[in-house]
Amino acid sequence: MHVSHRLVDLALGVPATIGSLAAEQGLRARLEALGLRPGQTVQVLRRASWSGPLHIRVGMTELMLRRRDAACVALVA
Amino acid sequence: MTTLALVGMPNTGKSTLFNRLTGSHAHIGNWPGLTVELMQAELILAGLPLQLVDLPGIYDLRGHTGDEAVVRRFLEATPVDLMVVVLNASQLDRQLRLALQIQRLGLPALVVLNMADEARRFGVQVDPDVLAAALGLPVVLVSAKYGRGLETVREAVERALAGRADVPGPVPLQHLEARLVAVDGELEAAQRALVQAAVRLPQQWRDRWTRRLDAVLLHPVLGLPLFFGAMALMFQLIYAIGVPLQEGLGTLLDLVGQQALKPLLAPLPPFVSGFLLEGLYQGIGTVSAFLPVIALFFLAMGVVEDSGYLSRAAYLMDAFMERLGLDGRSFVLSLMGFGCNVPAILGTRVMRDPALRLLSMLIIPFSLCSARLNVFLFMAAAFFAPRQGALVIFGLYLTSFVAAVLTALLFRGRFPSQEPLVLELPPYRLPTVPQMLTRAWLEVRHFWFWARRFIIVGVVAVWLLNNLPLGVEPASAQSLSGLLGTALAPLLNPIGINPKLTVALVFGFIAKEIVLGGLAVIYGQADPQALSRAIVADVSWAQALSFMVFTLLYTPCLSTVAVIRSESKKLGFTALSVGWSLGLAWISSFVLYQGLVRLGMA
Repeated sequence: MHVSHRLVDLALGVPATIGSLAAEQGLRARLEALGLRPGQTVQVLRRASWSGPLHIRVGMTELMLRRRDAACVALVA
Repeated sequence: MTTLALVGMPNTGKSTLFNRLTGSHAHIGNWPGLTVELMQAELILAGLPLQLVDLPGIYDLRGHTGDEAVVRRFLEATPVDLMVVVLNASQLDRQLRLALQIQRLGLPALVVLNMADEARRFGVQVDPDVLAAALGLPVVLVSAKYGRGLETVREAVERALAGRADVPGPVPLQHLEARLVAVDGELEAAQRALVQAAVRLPQQWRDRWTRRLDAVLLHPVLGLPLFFGAMALMFQLIYAIGVPLQEGLGTLLDLVGQQALKPLLAPLPPFVSGFLLEGLYQGIGTVSAFLPVIALFFLAMGVVEDSGYLSRAAYLMDAFMERLGLDGRSFVLSLMGFGCNVPAILGTRVMRDPALRLLSMLIIPFSLCSARLNVFLFMAAAFFAPRQGALVIFGLYLTSFVAAVLTALLFRGRFPSQEPLVLELPPYRLPTVPQMLTRAWLEVRHFWFWARRFIIVGVVAVWLLNNLPLGVEPASAQSLSGLLGTALAPLLNPIGINPKLTVALVFGFIAKEIVLGGLAVIYGQADPQALSRAIVADVSWAQALSFMVFTLLYTPCLSTVAVIRSESKKLGFTALSVGWSLGLAWISSFVLYQGLVRLGMA
């Protein structure tokens, strides 16, 4: 099965593992504080309409993040 | 005095724990060296006087938001005897990091794992003893919301402080940044080891309710209509309960004034008794009659916020807000602004990008706050039949929304930002009744505390302007207020605002709570019914509408201006905010009033 390489492109409901974060220091720190760290399993629950944010689940936490920011999160292929 | 500070991430129930520990003794305190106000309370624990400070919710001591900087400055300026680190027990897989940062700084600390009830519901198992041994810090498991485990928190605090009795007094932290950077590399591995040793996470996500509710409430098509429907219902409910309460209270206060106070004050000279009864008592009475509506509003907003629905609103609205140069948080803060603008503007501290903060601060004052609502409910009831009145109120809410959107569109080019947006969507929670009542009580008290000095000074000033120089007929053209109204007439005549309404508007600049109290003083009528008859006899409904639109759009109050000034730290920006809202108010009222006149409706 092919798994896409960025969180923003991940299909709904498919678990994937975070590879790395290509974000500037501030965003990176916030993502890590909310549990988006390399090695963690992440899942996209839904996408808001009108190019709105993603609803994701990582560890024991559910988050919303914008697609632009989700593009910074690389997944392990 | 011994100082304890509560620190923790957002959504950990930190404030609930604070309220539980302090009862209702909390007050807003100013800290030396910090230009922000923090909630604090004095309490006695085992015969020891303590002060407990509630620090803002933060994700990371090294973070870049205003709140995170506040916590760092606090730690550098204040010697703390004990840090109480509050963590969400079901999210230790990422929250232990904050406890580790505090531990590595060598601060005396107690770790409170809150929301134990939720952790159990989700199948998360935590062993506090193992965690305590590994961290070298005391750890207690509690559920602040249901009041479980509070005794163990008090005991743990006592023990921790007793153990420090022989240690010389605490010193403020130095070189905080450098020390945090030095330990940063080891935190990740340490957190993983702790979780492995002390926490068992469930294989399957167990919160079926949240999943099912989200499927409906975050639905791509139904989500937004459901949200606005829920909000409309909430406002309807507030009016349905609040307005009769307010009318009853107003009549009661008037009765007390006429039957009890008037005879009591009769022996005094007319100027003094008039000042006390018609100035002070009537002014304050008209304002206090509206406290029930305000309390209900805070209660309802508290329920929406604590249930987790407010964060969903940020998710639903973000795509729209992004096109305005804002984000989902700006929407949520504007919504909070419908209660009171001041805390909403303080809430922009969670934003990191100054441009985004400023743009949010520019739109929040257009949120129709409860103080303005008082004026509108009164005027709508006086001038229109119930059905039309409801439509007028709805129109004002719509105007408030349009003004905010227009402002964002006009100014987004001046305040461009690229701030990322990552927010937690907490599980849905059922707020408990005592928790909600405590919260609403604290907010109303805080609101009253903010507003009362302005209200008292304001109504007194209005009365004096109306009755000076001595011997003048109250509120006549010869009185000071009459002179002020006449002086401003060339500016306000074209929008249908007469000299009496002008005085109310001028004082409304201080606080909208004064507008009604001021009108009561200007028209010399305390009873709400009599006051509305007097105003209806004096101005047309088109003038009343223009007055309402102006009241909605111009500067909300002096407190808001002050907080914009202190939060933006820019005088120019504060002037822009005041100037733009005044300009927009005048133009909108002008278009509305002249339009109605041209159409022959006024």
